[in-house]
Amino acid sequence: MSADLVIIGAGPAGMAAARVAAEGGLSVTLLDEQERAGGQIYRNVGAVAGRGWLGADYARGGALVQGLDHPGITHQPRATVWRIDARRGVIWLRDGQSHVSPAAHVLIATGAQERPVPFPGWTLPGLMPAGAAQILMKQSGMVPDEAILAGAGPLLYLVAAQMIAAGAPPVALVETPTAITHALPKLPRALFGLPTLIKGLGLIARIRAAGIPWYRGAADFRAETTEDGRIRFDFTTGKQSHSLTCGLLLTHLGVIPQSHLTRSMGLAHEYDAEQGAWRPTLDPWGQSSEPHVFVAGDGGGIGGAEAARAKGALAALAILHQAGKLDAAGRDRRAAPLRRALSRALSLRPFLDAAYSVPSAFLAPPDETIVCRCEEVTAGSIRKAACTGAEGLRLMRTSLRTGMGPCQGRMCETTVIGLIAEATDRPASTLGPGRIRTPVKPVTLAEIAALGPQPEETT
Amino acid sequence: MNAASRFRDAPGAAPRSLRLMLDGVPVLARPGESVAAALLAHSGGATRQTPVTGAGRAPYCMMGVCFDCLVTIDGHPNVQACMVSAREGMVIQRQIGARRLGDQP
Ligand SMILES: Cc1cc2nc3c(=O)[nH]c(=O)nc-3n(C[C@H](O)[C@H](O)[C@H](O)COP(=O)(O)OP(=O)(O)OC[C@H]3O[C@@H](n4cnc5c(N)ncnc54)[C@H](O)[C@@H]3O)c2cc1C
Repeated sequence: MSADLVIIGAGPAGMAAARVAAEGGLSVTLLDEQERAGGQIYRNVGAVAGRGWLGADYARGGALVQGLDHPGITHQPRATVWRIDARRGVIWLRDGQSHVSPAAHVLIATGAQERPVPFPGWTLPGLMPAGAAQILMKQSGMVPDEAILAGAGPLLYLVAAQMIAAGAPPVALVETPTAITHALPKLPRALFGLPTLIKGLGLIARIRAAGIPWYRGAADFRAETTEDGRIRFDFTTGKQSHSLTCGLLLTHLGVIPQSHLTRSMGLAHEYDAEQGAWRPTLDPWGQSSEPHVFVAGDGGGIGGAEAARAKGALAALAILHQAGKLDAAGRDRRAAPLRRALSRALSLRPFLDAAYSVPSAFLAPPDETIVCRCEEVTAGSIRKAACTGAEGLRLMRTSLRTGMGPCQGRMCETTVIGLIAEATDRPASTLGPGRIRTPVKPVTLAEIAALGPQPEETT
Repeated sequence: MNAASRFRDAPGAAPRSLRLMLDGVPVLARPGESVAAALLAHSGGATRQTPVTGAGRAPYCMMGVCFDCLVTIDGHPNVQACMVSAREGMVIQRQIGARRLGDQP
């Protein structure tokens, strides 16, 4: 099952790259753990008809999926990549069986995950990220019943508008403090992203027109289950306390790159202070610190779907050049319009990052908050441990088991770092990223053994 | 455990034509949806209890990162219900208590 190029992730970045690389003459294997191509934004787009309420942007993903219909592209769905090995290739799992895809070139396009939103009660049934509810809307035709949307960011407005269009409007929008005025100096550049800006304003207008109660500057989140299994959501705005009841509490504070795979390979990473997250260090083509490994899309830094598509195509051009299929002049000529599209797509980003930065109470939440959902470690115990010597992720791991559960820190690392930073008065940038070991997705010993002798750990 | 679902069907949603069993109780699923989605459509309650304190949890991230939706499917423990498509006749068990990843069936 050898290919010239193995791409991990069939979102806009991976799909765009696959098409460009295949048209350029490379054999491409496209691995994705989902059943269908599309990634997060275009999840299930090939299979859904008649869900107009998801909007025109969603429907646009169909063309990218159709682009995979090329003899040079082999799409492997339900393929969960759990290790990339420098010598053997990309190792993935399907139905309990591991496979190795050797590759001369690798493109990692694994996208983003929603940023954890920890507060007392966030682990209860009835609480979910807003994007998770959106996945249910896209993939299952299910809509949230009497839900509250809480947090901040463009995706929160989009989900609200999609719920309204589907006839299931949220009962309230509870927005954490935004810094729009503080972000205004970044607006001139944002005007290059005018269509996106106008779309965003359109979403806000639709939420207003639907008459959804809108709370601004909300803080001190707390959720509890009521006797009849509903959710009571308490919060404050200024000096005022509020208590609302809902069926479902959907939270959102933006997305962060999924970097477990890139970190497990020992690639260089850097801290992005504006986005408050680590990302692999990349050159303008998406080339990582490992010459044959490229990263494209939100997994390399949050830019959204249009940026992901452009970055995927740019990486594919660089890989075609590296493989001797495209000379430097041809690569650069074809890259020029993509770079313009990328610059347009990213022009709104600095404004959004500044306007919707994460309130510190969600980086270092109240003591009783469960931070590590797997091992059920509270913010209070992490604070205490940080003050008594566990001043780094690794020490915290050995003393409290944070990040040692099945999610491998995906749901707690940002918070553990936030709490250590607060307790030791050090910037978050000095405290990560945590080291990640393979397998990056849980694999049983039997499944590893079935692969035969393993090469030495490289990291 | 069988609180009413926190979701309802969108306009024009396809019928739930598949039948799975959850701890001996039939659960209906729509072709193409994940097991986690079918469980959330069935009930708003917990689908597992944590190994450490026994707290109830339900599917959370729906995209394979949080591992709160772990269930036993057709005898295989610790399967991420959000990453597996529902299929006719699947037998699902909630995971109660101290079953850790890597445990054998
Ligand atoms: C839940 C969620 C919902 C979102 N909804 C929207 C939206 O409606 N509109 C919008 O503009 N933006 C949305 N975004 C932002 C989104 O990140 C970008 O718009 C865009 O999808 C990024 O494209 P991408 O190609 O970089 O990655 P993605 O589209 O995220 O695609 C990455 C793909 O990689 C696969 N993958 C990840 N890890 C592995 C692995 N180990 N093995 C195999 N496959 C793997 C995933 O299954 C996924 O299909 C959403 C993000 C999230 C997390």
